[in-house]
Amino acid sequence: MAVGIVGYGAYIPRWRIKSSSIAEVWGSDQGRTNSLVDEKAVSSLDEDAATMAVEAGKSALLRAGINPKDIGALYVGSESHPYVVKSTSSIVAEALDATPDLTAADLEFACKAGTAGMQMAMGLIESGRIKYGMAIGSDTAQGRPGDELEYTAASGAASYILGSRGLIAKINDTCSYTTDTPDFWRREGEEFPRHGGRFTGEPAYFTHVLAATRALLEKTGTTVEDYDYFVFHQPNAKFPLKAAKTLGIPAGKIMQGLLVSQIGNTYSAASLLGLAAVLDVARPGENILLTSFGSGAGSDSFSITATDLITKKRRLAPFVKNMIAVKEYIGYAHYIKFRRKLKGAMR
Amino acid sequence: MEEKAVSFYWRGFKERYGLVGSKCELCSRHFFPGRVICPECRRKGKMHEHRFSGKGKVYSYTVIRTPPTGFEIYIPYVVAIVDLEEGARVVSQLVDVKPEEVSIGMPVEACFRKIREQNQSGLVLYGFKFRPLK
Ligand SMILES: [Zn+2]
Repeated sequence: MAVGIVGYGAYIPRWRIKSSSIAEVWGSDQGRTNSLVDEKAVSSLDEDAATMAVEAGKSALLRAGINPKDIGALYVGSESHPYVVKSTSSIVAEALDATPDLTAADLEFACKAGTAGMQMAMGLIESGRIKYGMAIGSDTAQGRPGDELEYTAASGAASYILGSRGLIAKINDTCSYTTDTPDFWRREGEEFPRHGGRFTGEPAYFTHVLAATRALLEKTGTTVEDYDYFVFHQPNAKFPLKAAKTLGIPAGKIMQGLLVSQIGNTYSAASLLGLAAVLDVARPGENILLTSFGSGAGSDSFSITATDLITKKRRLAPFVKNMIAVKEYIGYAHYIKFRRKLKGAMR
Repeated sequence: MEEKAVSFYWRGFKERYGLVGSKCELCSRHFFPGRVICPECRRKGKMHEHRFSGKGKVYSYTVIRTPPTGFEIYIPYVVAIVDLEEGARVVSQLVDVKPEEVSIGMPVEACFRKIREQNQSGLVLYGFKFRPLK
């Protein structure tokens, strides 16, 4: 049975902070030059992973044009679920009018929880258990003030409705690569994550992204030349560019899905927003290779082909490009208030 | 702030999450919050649940500088009366806009936001707000 994308939706909050504003406070430009992130998206005081997931989900429904009650499974991947105990997915399902006849769950696997949800939905669709499944990656990522992560940890969401009919893009195949690698973590009750510094690169990001991508190419009998676009997880701009270079991918094939310099690392949403930006422009028949990465660590890789329906369907909801363009800058002081990092504040 | 029982908020989830009111099938009037009986058609009326499109226009607005408990962090913020395209009228916070950018007649659309958090350990209450139509 064919399985693929029936609708997709992106959400990027309106606020931005420039890396230069962060660098000015901490007296060092290192975080900016290391990440090649110029500015990042910041969620409002009244936004969280649940609200952004709903916004992205609404756009996906507009494009899919399906009855939300036909969604049989809804997964929200995030590392910033609003509650430690109390599902985000039920909030999203209720707000999207998909309740009550569906299964729902919150997923966690750092930045790849969204693509894990896509694989779970694919399985249920292929086995005929559900008609449509929705997978969402949504995060309001936090970096400790002064930490290098502060330059990149950003907010955003992307939602995908998968099904077997009315596809705007077919998912040809998927495969994963997972090992126990502690490159980045946050313990219960801790507000900010910790990371293994340089350890995040070689044994974590590159090992998993390259292995999953190579495994997918081998499994599908395809080569780099067969794909028009590549989207990699983007914790900064350097990593995906280097991964592309290692795989012999021309830089031109990854630029459309490389958003991190303009919006930061949106964690679970990062590679999925990159894919949305590609689906915004891909022509029917064009091939896309997507590889996510989640610390801990693992990568999910997907081979995707746009169908004829894509040109008609993508116009039904806002484009990523436009959401990036609609922005308002805030300074560091407002950013600290927005992200609620101020201890002992009166409100 | 005196918090009500969880069930009080829970009963309002559907209405607040999805901007769900009611429509009278006889006279086509829309209501938010929803009503059980149409004030025009009375017994003859046929009320159905209606999920509003969320599109509307600012009928009037005010800027809140002295907020009620739970809303302190947002000031200054805009509260507007929005005329929904189906005809009902709702009061709601306007977001993603500065007070000086708001005008009467401005096209707006519903979005899903946190309304407030009870406290560190309490519920996060969600619902619709409105933002300028893009
Ligand atoms: Zn009536």
